[in-house]
Amino acid sequence: MFRFDKTRLDLAREFRANPFGEHSPDLQYLLNIVRAPRPGPFHVLLINEAGQRWTLAMMEPGKPPKSTNVVFTGLAEAEWHIFRERWAALAGEECPLE
Amino acid sequence: MKRVMGYCDRWSAAPGETVRFMVSCLDTDRYEAQLVRLRQPDAGPLATKFEPEAIAAALNGAHQGRHQPIPAGSLAAVPAHPALAPKGSFSLCAYVYATTPAKGRQALISTWCEKGQNGYALELDANAALTFRSTGTLVSTGVPLRERHWYFVAASYDADAGTMTLHQEPIAAHDFHPEHAVSVIRSIAAPTQPTHPLIFAAHADGATEHPSSWGGRAFAHHFNGRIDSPRLAAVALDRAGLAGLAATPLAAPLATVLIAAWDFSRDISGEAITDLGPHRLDGTIVNLPTRAVRGWNWDGSETNWTHAPQQYGAIHFHDDDLVDANWASDFNYTVPDDLRSGVYAVHLSTPDFDYHVVFFVVPPRGTARSKTAFLASTATYTVYLNNRGRFLSTMTERYQGRVTMMDWIDALLIEFPEMGLSTYDRHTDGTGVAYSSRHRPLQNFRPTGRHWNFNLDLFIVDFLEKLGGDYDVITEEDLHKHGYDLLKPYQVILTGSHPEYDSADMLDAFETYLRRGGRMMYMGGNGFYWRIAHHPTRDGVIEVRRAEGGVRAWDAEPGEAFHSFTGEYGGLWRRNMRAPQRLVGVGFISQGFDKCSYFRITDDAKNPRAAWMFDGVEGELLGDFGILQGGAAGLEIDAVDPKLGTPGHALVVGRSENHSNTYELVAEEVLIPHGATDAVINPDIHADITFFETGSGGAMFSTGSIAYAGSLGWNGFDNNLFRFTSNVLTRFRDPTPFPDPA
Repeated sequence: MFRFDKTRLDLAREFRANPFGEHSPDLQYLLNIVRAPRPGPFHVLLINEAGQRWTLAMMEPGKPPKSTNVVFTGLAEAEWHIFRERWAALAGEECPLE
Repeated sequence: MKRVMGYCDRWSAAPGETVRFMVSCLDTDRYEAQLVRLRQPDAGPLATKFEPEAIAAALNGAHQGRHQPIPAGSLAAVPAHPALAPKGSFSLCAYVYATTPAKGRQALISTWCEKGQNGYALELDANAALTFRSTGTLVSTGVPLRERHWYFVAASYDADAGTMTLHQEPIAAHDFHPEHAVSVIRSIAAPTQPTHPLIFAAHADGATEHPSSWGGRAFAHHFNGRIDSPRLAAVALDRAGLAGLAATPLAAPLATVLIAAWDFSRDISGEAITDLGPHRLDGTIVNLPTRAVRGWNWDGSETNWTHAPQQYGAIHFHDDDLVDANWASDFNYTVPDDLRSGVYAVHLSTPDFDYHVVFFVVPPRGTARSKTAFLASTATYTVYLNNRGRFLSTMTERYQGRVTMMDWIDALLIEFPEMGLSTYDRHTDGTGVAYSSRHRPLQNFRPTGRHWNFNLDLFIVDFLEKLGGDYDVITEEDLHKHGYDLLKPYQVILTGSHPEYDSADMLDAFETYLRRGGRMMYMGGNGFYWRIAHHPTRDGVIEVRRAEGGVRAWDAEPGEAFHSFTGEYGGLWRRNMRAPQRLVGVGFISQGFDKCSYFRITDDAKNPRAAWMFDGVEGELLGDFGILQGGAAGLEIDAVDPKLGTPGHALVVGRSENHSNTYELVAEEVLIPHGATDAVINPDIHADITFFETGSGGAMFSTGSIAYAGSLGWNGFDNNLFRFTSNVLTRFRDPTPFPDPA
C-alpha cells in the first residue's frame, strides 16, 4: 500500500516542476493522499482578477471562505504553496524544498 | 460588503416582449443598473478584453432597493375549509418516511399556525417521535422514527372521552431491525379549531410582508421525507377503524364520516393534489417537492410510475426545495424593435460588488435576421444553476487535479443556502436534486467567475463577434417549444461548449434540421448526454433523473428513473438508444480539469471532403495553446464510437493526445473496474474533431472538447484553430449543398 513518505522529495520536485498534466504513478498516488477529503478547513483559491490574481482562502463545509493574506499571480505558484502546506501537515515538518 | 443580486422572469426575449427584473440588496438599499450587450467573457489578459457594450435603456441609473428573502422549502397546501376543523372527534392518518428525523421539529399534517399557536398538527418532535400538537397540548409516542423507513402514523381524538391516541407502526421492509409498533393514549383538552389551511410538510407561520411561496404566508418546520395517502375522518377510530380509513379503496362504512382522502398518485406531472373525499379539498404542491417517487407500498413489481401510479402515491418534501423566489419586480425592459439579437445582461452594481442578470434577445418570433445562429445552451445552464457541490465538496480537487477556485458570488450560495440547488447537488437529506428552476437569484449564470457553460460559451460569442457579428442568438428553451421551426431559417447553428442536456423534442429538432440540409457546429464536449423533461406549465423548470450509467453526482433511487413531468424514462440518451454519437458523431469519453492538450491533424484531413477546412492552416497540431488550461482539447472530451452510432462515413480530422492522469474513462465505459482507465495508459481517451455530411446538403462538424472555444481567441485570434474553425463556419454558411453521403 502506498503511504506518505517524507523522504520522497523526488515526488515533491516532480510536482513543483509540473503541477498540472501527466504525473508519474507515485506522484499521482501521493496527490490522491494530499488531496484526500479530511475533516476541517480545506484550501480554495478566490478569484481576485480573472486569469491574473488569486487569494488563498480556507473553507469549512457550510461556511464562507476565510481569506488569508497570501496572494498569487500564477496558478502553478498557488499549487506549490498549498502542496507544501499539506506536506508539512502530513510530515509534521516543513517541506525542505522551497 | 454592499451586495446586490437578482434574476429575471424570462431568458428569451424578442422585440416587443418585456423582461421583468427582480432585485435584492444586502447591506445596502442603493444600487446602479446598466443594460449591456455581452460580447466576450471576463477571462483575463490572455483573452479579448472584457468590454460589455452599454445599451441605452430607461432602467439605467441609480435604484432604490431592499432585501428580499427567499421562501425555500416545499410543502403542499389545502385552502382553508370548515371541514378541516372538525368540531368533535376526528382521526387522521398517513404513511410517512422521514429522511432527517433528527433535525428537529418537522410538520407532517398541520392546520397549526406557529405564530398564532392554534390549530392542530401531526408532527415529529425534537426527538423524532410522532407527536400531536394543539394549543396547550403535546402528545408524543416518545419513540423516534427511524431514518428512511416507512411508518403508518395516526392520531385519533375522542371528544367524548377527551383522549388522544397516537399510533406509530413501522412497515416491514425486508430487514431485521428490532422495532415495534407504539400506541399511546392521553387525556387532552379539545383542540382549538380555527379555520386554517391544511399544510403538509410544514407549519404555517402567519402572514408575511416578504415574498411568500404560498398564500402570503411564512412557513416553518419543514419536513424532509415522504408523505403518502393522508386521510382525515370526523370520528374517533380505533386501530381497526384506522386500518379501514387507510385502506384503498376506503372501507365503505367510513364514507359518511370521511372528511378527506388525498391521493398523491393523481396528477403526478402537475402541481395539484387531489382529494377523493366528499368536500373535494384539493390543494397544490408548493416549491416543487419531488413526485413520482416510491410510495409506502412499492414492491418492485413495476419501475414505471405511469404503469402503477398506486405504488407512487408519495411526495418527497425537502426543506431546501425552491421553484420560484417570488420576489417583487423592480423594473422592466421591453426589447425595442431595432435591438439586435445577442447576449444581454443588466449589470447591477454597488461600490463593492458586481452582479449580472443575463438574458437573450432573440430575433422577432418566427423570423431570423442572420443565416447563422448561436444556440444558447439554456437547458444545460438551467440544470447547472447554483451548483454548489463543485466548491463545497472536498472531492472536487481530487478529480479536477487542481485547487478549487471560486469567488464571492459563488460564496453567496454558502451564506444564503435558500438560493436553492442545482441538479448536481443533494438536498439536505442526502437525496439527489431532480428539479432546477431559473426563477431565483443565480450564482453561475454570468460573464465572470469560473469558465464553465454560459461564461465559457461567451468565447464562442467572442469568435462570432470577431468574424463580424453576423449572427442571431436563439435558446434551447425555445427549441424545446418550437422544435425544427426555430432552426429552419438558419444555414448554420453553432451550439454552446457543453450542451449536455436535451429533451426528446430538442433532439428531434436537430435531427430534422440536419436531414433537411441544415449545418450544425457542435462547439463543445459532453453534449447530448442526459435526457431531461421540461415542466408542463412552468417555463425554465427542468427535471433530470440520473438513472443507470453516466458520470453523475448522485444516482436515481430504485424505481425512480422515470421523469415525473413527462413519464419518460430518464438517464443517459445512450440508454435510450440515442447516444450522442448518432447525432453528432462523437460522445463523452473522459473528463479532466488540470491541463488541456491539443489535437494532432490526421490523415482524414487530406480527404477532399475535408481538405477545405485546412486552407491556410499551418502546423501538425491544432490548438496547442489556449486560455483554458493551455490547450483546445480538454475539460470534457468526446470521441467517435461506431458501435454507439458514429456514421461510417464520418471523418476524424483531428485527434487529441497527451492527456493527463486526471482524465479517466467515463463510468459507462468501465463495466468491470480494471485500473487501466486513465489517459496515460488508456488509448481510448481522446477528443475527435469530426465531420460528416447528413444528406440533402447538410453537414455536421463536432469539436469534441469543451476547452476548444477557449483557444479560438488566443493571440488576438491569430492562431491556426481560429483559421480552421473560421473555414468551417464560412463553408457551412455557404448554401452550396454538401454531397449526399449515400
